[in-house]
Amino acid sequence: MSKPRVAFFDFASCEGCQLQIANLEEEVLDLISIVDVVSFREVMKEHSEEYDIAIIEGSIMRPMDEERIRKIRSKSKILVAFGACACIGGVNKIRNQWSVDEVKKEVYKNADLKDNKYFDVFKTKAVNEVVPVDYYIYGCPPNRDEIKKVITALAMGKKPDIPNYPVCVECKKNENVCLFELGKFCLGPITRAGCNSICPSNGSPCEGCRGMLKEPQTKCVEDVLKRYNLTYEEMKRRCTMYNYGKEGCK
Amino acid sequence: MNKDVKINVHHITRVEGHGNILLDVKKGDIKKIQWQVPEAPRFFEAMLRGRHYDELRPITSRICGICSIGHSLASLKATEDALDIEISEQTNMLRHLAINGENMQSHILHIGYLVAPDLFGVGSVFPLAVSNKDALLEIVKLHRLSNEMSELICGRTTHPIRLEVGGFTMLPTKKQLERLRDRLNENLERTKKVAEIIKKVSNKLPDFKRETEYIGLTNKDEYAFYDGDIASTDTGVLDDYKKYRSYMDEYFVPQSTAKYAKHNRKSYMVGALARFNLNSKQLEPNAKEVADMFGLKPICFNPFMNNIAQLVEFVHNIEDSVKWIDKILDIGLKDEKLKKITPKKGQGVGVIEVPRGILVHDYTIDSKGNCVKANCIIPTNQNHANIQHDMEEFAPKLIDKPEKEIELSLEMLVRAYDPCISCSTHYLDVEFV
Repeated sequence: MSKPRVAFFDFASCEGCQLQIANLEEEVLDLISIVDVVSFREVMKEHSEEYDIAIIEGSIMRPMDEERIRKIRSKSKILVAFGACACIGGVNKIRNQWSVDEVKKEVYKNADLKDNKYFDVFKTKAVNEVVPVDYYIYGCPPNRDEIKKVITALAMGKKPDIPNYPVCVECKKNENVCLFELGKFCLGPITRAGCNSICPSNGSPCEGCRGMLKEPQTKCVEDVLKRYNLTYEEMKRRCTMYNYGKEGCK
Repeated sequence: MNKDVKINVHHITRVEGHGNILLDVKKGDIKKIQWQVPEAPRFFEAMLRGRHYDELRPITSRICGICSIGHSLASLKATEDALDIEISEQTNMLRHLAINGENMQSHILHIGYLVAPDLFGVGSVFPLAVSNKDALLEIVKLHRLSNEMSELICGRTTHPIRLEVGGFTMLPTKKQLERLRDRLNENLERTKKVAEIIKKVSNKLPDFKRETEYIGLTNKDEYAFYDGDIASTDTGVLDDYKKYRSYMDEYFVPQSTAKYAKHNRKSYMVGALARFNLNSKQLEPNAKEVADMFGLKPICFNPFMNNIAQLVEFVHNIEDSVKWIDKILDIGLKDEKLKKITPKKGQGVGVIEVPRGILVHDYTIDSKGNCVKANCIIPTNQNHANIQHDMEEFAPKLIDKPEKEIELSLEMLVRAYDPCISCSTHYLDVEFV
C-alpha cells in the first residue's frame, strides 16, 4: 500500500499549530515513515498539487482565502481542520463583534485600503463555514499526542476518536484541585476535553480553546456557578475569547 | 550583460508566514525588486479593546506561535507597568529562563530546520534525515532541550500557561531545576558539535555587506533579553523606554500600504545580529568562542551573519541559564503565591528582546482594569525596510548568475532575517505590485 500524501496549508493564524509538527522532535521521523509530506511551506521548498489529506491551519478572512480553500478542498480526499483558528475561528473571531470597517479604522487609522485585495476582509470564518471539514484536531495549540493519533488513524484508513466530554473529566483524573476552589473562573465544564487538562494542570483556568461541547451538562454548570456565586454573564464573557458567536457567546 | 531575468517567488518557503519576492530585469537593468507581504491581517489591537487585563497575555500570545513566550512577557511587562505591579526577584529570574528557552527553541529551529537545507543544498530538512542523519539528530536534541526548558518554566512551549500578571501560576520544583541545569551543562558540548557542522558549510553564506543601523535593548548588567534600555548603533541609548516611538518610526510607503520603520537612516535591523553588534562584550565565554570560530565581530554589516549570531546566542542562552538556575537555587526556591491585584487606570509599556528582535507592547487600561487602547511594535515589521534595501543592493551583484541561483540567493537573504510574518501582520504590512 502506498503512503497517503499529506499537505499542510495555513491561513490567518500564528502558525503555532504547524510548529507542533517540528515539536514532535525525533518522532517526526516516525510520522514521515507512515505518510508522505508533499507540501508544507513553513519547512519545505518542494510543493506538490497532488495530495490525499489536506491539513488546514488558520481561519478564513478574505475572498482570496475562500477561493484558495475551495481549491484545496476540491483536490483533497480528506480535509482536516487543524487548531482553534481553523476548527472554531478561535481568537480571530473576537473581532466579529465589530464591523470590518470599524476594526480597520482602529488598526490602520486613515490608511487608504480601498481596491486592495489583501485588505478585502470579511468577518472571520472557521474552515467549516466555507467548505466541508472531515476531521478536527482541536486546541490552541493542538496536543501533540492527539496530532500523532489523528494522523496515524487517517494513514491507516480509520476514523480518529476525539473526546466529547468536558475537560473536567481529565482534570479529575489528573487529581488537580478544582480551579473554582482556588477562586478562578474555569471553562472546563463546558469545553471539549482531549488536552489532558493542560491549563488547569498548570494552575491556569481553561479558556475554551478546544471549543464548546455539543451538549454540555447545563444543570451541572448551573450548580457550579451557584456554588461559587458566579454569574452566567461572566461565563459568556469569558467564552468570547475562543468561542465568539457560538450560541449564547456574544 | 543584456540579460532578462524574471523571478517571482510566490509564498517563499521555510519562513514563518507568507512573503513574496519579485525581481524584474530587462536587458541587464533592474526594473523592479520587491519584498512583498500578502499575509492576512488579523487586527489584534482592535481585539484587545474592552478585554480585562488578565486576558491580554493569553490573547497576545496568539499573535505568534514561535515567539508566544516573548509576546506573553512583553504583554505582562506592559500590564504590570500600567497597574504599578512589582514582581519578585524570583519571578524576574524565572522570566529570564523563560525568554532564554524560547530564544533557543526559535534559533535552533531556524538554523537547523530552515537555513541548514540551503547550506546542504537540499529543499527541506526531510532529505537530511537520510543524507545527514547524525548531524540532524544533534540539532533535534538541542531543539528538544529548548522545548523541555520552556515546558518546565512556562507549562507549555507554544502558548505558555504559567506566565501570569505578577508572577507564575505554578513553579518548577528544586529537583526539576537541578535536572534542567545538568541537561544544559551536558548539552553545551553538543552546541560546539553543531557549530562545527554549520562551520563546514558556512561558506555557502554570501559575503555581502551593507552598512545599516542596528537597534536593540542594552543592559549594563547582562546581555539584554528580558530587560534593558533601547539603544542604537548609530545614536546610542534612549533615556526613557516610554519614548520608544522616537526610535521606531513606523510609516507607510507611498507606492504601497506596507508599513516600514526607520530611525536614523532609511532603515534599520533588529534581531540576533543587532543584539550582537550592540552587546557582544557581554556574551558568555563559550558563546564568544563560537563567534570567534566564525570570525564574527562587531559591527558586522553582513545580514547573512544573523544566522551565525543566532547560533552564538543559542550557546550564550545555555550558559546564561545555568547561571540563573544556580542563583535561584542559591537563594532558595520559594513557593510564592500570586498577590491580589486591584485594577487602576494607567498606561504601560513593555519592551523585550524576542528571537527576531525588539518587541514593544503598549496598553492603556481603565479604572475597571479593562484595556482601552493597545499598540504592538513587532520585530519583523522593523526589518521589512532593511530587507528591501538589502535586496536592492544585493540583486545587482547577482544578475550575471543563473536564474535559479539568483532566486536562491534572494530567498536566503530573506531567510537570514528569520522573518515572522504572522507577527508582523498582526495588524499590517502588506505590499504588492
